Amino acid sequence: MASSEALLPISAREEEPSCPYTKLPDGSRSDPETHPRRRRPYKGLLAVSFGLLLIAFYVALIATQDGSRSNEAANATDETEKTTSSSSRARLAGVSEKSNDGLWKLSGGQNTPAFEWNNSMLSWQRTAFHFQPEENWMNDPNGPLFYKGWYHFFYQYNPNAAVWGDIVWGHAVSRDLIHWVHLPLAMVADQWYDSNGVWTGSATILPDGSIVMLYTGSTDKAVQVQNLAYPEDLNDPLLLKWVKFPGNPVLVPPPGILPKDFRDPTTAWKTPEGKWRITIGSKINKTGISLVYDTTDFKTYEKLDSLLHGVPNTGMWECVDFYPVSKTARKGLDTSVNGPDVKHIVKASMDDTRFDHYAVGTYFESNGTWIPDDPSIDVGMSSSLRYDYGKFYASKTFYDQNKGRRILWSWIGESDSEAADVQKGWSSVQGIPRTVALDTKTGKNLVQSPVEEIKSLRLSSKKFDLELSPGSVIPVDVGTATQLDIEAEFEIKKESLDKFFGDASVVAEAEEFSCEKNGAGSTVRNALGPFGFSVLATESLSEQTPVYFYIAKGKDSKLKTFFCTDTSRSSVANDVIKPIYGSVVPVLKGEKLTMRILVDHSIVEAFGQGGRTCITSRVYPTTAIYGAAKLFVFNNALDATVTASFKVWQMNSAFIHPYSEEAVRALTRT
Amino acid sequence: MKMIVMVMMMMMMSEGSMIDQTCKQTPDFNLCVSLLNSDPRGSSADISGLALILIDKIKVLATKTLNEINGLYKKRPELKQALDQCSRRYKTILNADVPEAIEAISKGVPKFGEDGVIDAGVEASVCEEGFQGKSPLTSLTKSMQNISSVTRAVVRMLL
Repeated sequence: MASSEALLPISAREEEPSCPYTKLPDGSRSDPETHPRRRRPYKGLLAVSFGLLLIAFYVALIATQDGSRSNEAANATDETEKTTSSSSRARLAGVSEKSNDGLWKLSGGQNTPAFEWNNSMLSWQRTAFHFQPEENWMNDPNGPLFYKGWYHFFYQYNPNAAVWGDIVWGHAVSRDLIHWVHLPLAMVADQWYDSNGVWTGSATILPDGSIVMLYTGSTDKAVQVQNLAYPEDLNDPLLLKWVKFPGNPVLVPPPGILPKDFRDPTTAWKTPEGKWRITIGSKINKTGISLVYDTTDFKTYEKLDSLLHGVPNTGMWECVDFYPVSKTARKGLDTSVNGPDVKHIVKASMDDTRFDHYAVGTYFESNGTWIPDDPSIDVGMSSSLRYDYGKFYASKTFYDQNKGRRILWSWIGESDSEAADVQKGWSSVQGIPRTVALDTKTGKNLVQSPVEEIKSLRLSSKKFDLELSPGSVIPVDVGTATQLDIEAEFEIKKESLDKFFGDASVVAEAEEFSCEKNGAGSTVRNALGPFGFSVLATESLSEQTPVYFYIAKGKDSKLKTFFCTDTSRSSVANDVIKPIYGSVVPVLKGEKLTMRILVDHSIVEAFGQGGRTCITSRVYPTTAIYGAAKLFVFNNALDATVTASFKVWQMNSAFIHPYSEEAVRALTRT
Repeated sequence: MKMIVMVMMMMMMSEGSMIDQTCKQTPDFNLCVSLLNSDPRGSSADISGLALILIDKIKVLATKTLNEINGLYKKRPELKQALDQCSRRYKTILNADVPEAIEAISKGVPKFGEDGVIDAGVEASVCEEGFQGKSPLTSLTKSMQNISSVTRAVVRMLL
């Protein structure tokens, strides 16, 4: 944008770093409602040029020369941006990486039979034991907490449609994080400071047991502000009614932060001075940052000059989360805990890529800053750790003081067309709540596991011990295969491993390999696999979703293990996104390869190596549904034999209870 | 006289530079420029404004296509099934994708706008494929795919 910069007053040009869009002289991005007197900088100069032809000619000459010079520079970066954005575009749409003409090419070709969704296929997609409202659109989890015997869950909800919009706070309660009862909306857009949206927020439970909720409101002028709310009646364990603080908003975008880059306040934690501290994600140009504020009463705040952290080129940080983890025990810690046996996690949802990234690091409570243990995988960098390598966004944790664990919620959106969402009448689910803790064995990553309470849904089970010869695909007879919990252990036979290591002809591919780049997904056959399960598969495997380990040899001859889910053949439908997801999974010496899979209709949650690498997928089979959905176990290895020892449970429905006045009255009496 | 014409041309070049700079970062510069220049708001809009103009073009094109679909029921009754599918898909563009995108971009959460815009292209493609190579709507659906792709690139600049 240097051509317009050349026409800005010199002082403005020197202060402001170059941005991909024109900045107005007052430094704020224009919004017709908030800046009615907005002027384009060079319009003024052009007005002058009318009267002074020579000056206009001269200025225009400068502009075009500067423009063409900066265009070359801009194009150079544009090329890289374009390539990365078109490949991520392609990845998002499930389109082959090779089609980079920017046009949408659906999977299949002109000769694919025309496909249409019918109500039977669509109604099958609804999950049985994942949290979702009765109808319409949901997105971010909000303000999760445990209070007076109930787990509370709030969420971004559109009461009017199956797409995002008109956002308010939905509410539900549960005794066990699995069996939910829907409650009336907790907060609606009824104030000027949230009339354009009651957006994401977090709860803080105070030492006296009371609750404060901080949330982002989009004001009547579409400015993002932070608001305070609290329960109307702390004696109501269902926390049905919420009161908004009359003095809202309690925070408005500070100088230097644009009015639409200020959202998702966190749970507060104590400072050494005894104040409360929160952090709020934002960005400055393309640097993602997290602002820090201190408060004593949640009504007035001091902004710290320093940031909690920031990482260049990561874009807007949404849904920032910040919390301590124990270095020595797999347990949860209250958000205010600190000490020598504690590390701190900074997590952010990256607006640019729709990935949730986190990093392990050290918090300096004296000045409210944090640095990562490994800056090469800092928050938001493409190589940095993610909670989940599939469809998983806007996640948020809370400390469950009831059971001393930290629980992770996440929004799992759809990967289908909006027409299908409109037709089926709903969109999005939440992941099964997971406990999250530091992996005490590696010290470098988190481990996640579905909450124990999910085992209460387990019905009958079958145990299997199989030897999978190379190239085998074996049906696993478990009856209906649409609601399953699978725990499995795999081991490559020693002879096969010895042969592999001895074989110099096996190509080292670990450094180049990734689940998604490996275009053929799980159909590839190599020396040691891949091997795993194929879920939601038809008998003929015309539709299937493999979840598997892929073992590659590294240049140092060491093995590198990848954990992947391949949705590319999950459905013959041509209007759904079908990526191949996954990542490397750390496997320590002496460990067997383990995986856990939860299958629940159109969602598959896979946990590799005890939750070191997790993958959530949305799949929309057209024939692998109801009784036609089967389970297979497979080993694609060329000549390695793999033993598989696993147990498969049928899972009951969670019977999530629709809202009714009677149900609520009954609950209040219990 | 020549001076006046030259100055006016220079003015147009620098007038268009916001549109130029934006459109250079989209997959179809010419389409982008012609769409934005055809709207009187284009010359003074910021990137949000340009995105909203393009979404308006999507809305107009969807309406036009729906009218075409409705007309085809009588002229080509043998295509009823595919036309039904297209009708559903294009109604989604008008009733779901466009409002979602407008709200999202106006409120500064462009990622939902990106979803809506991508979906407009998907719906058009699905409609087209329903005719299995014998579509009477090809130029309209292709237009939607192209506009969707350009609009998406502009919306991504807001992230």
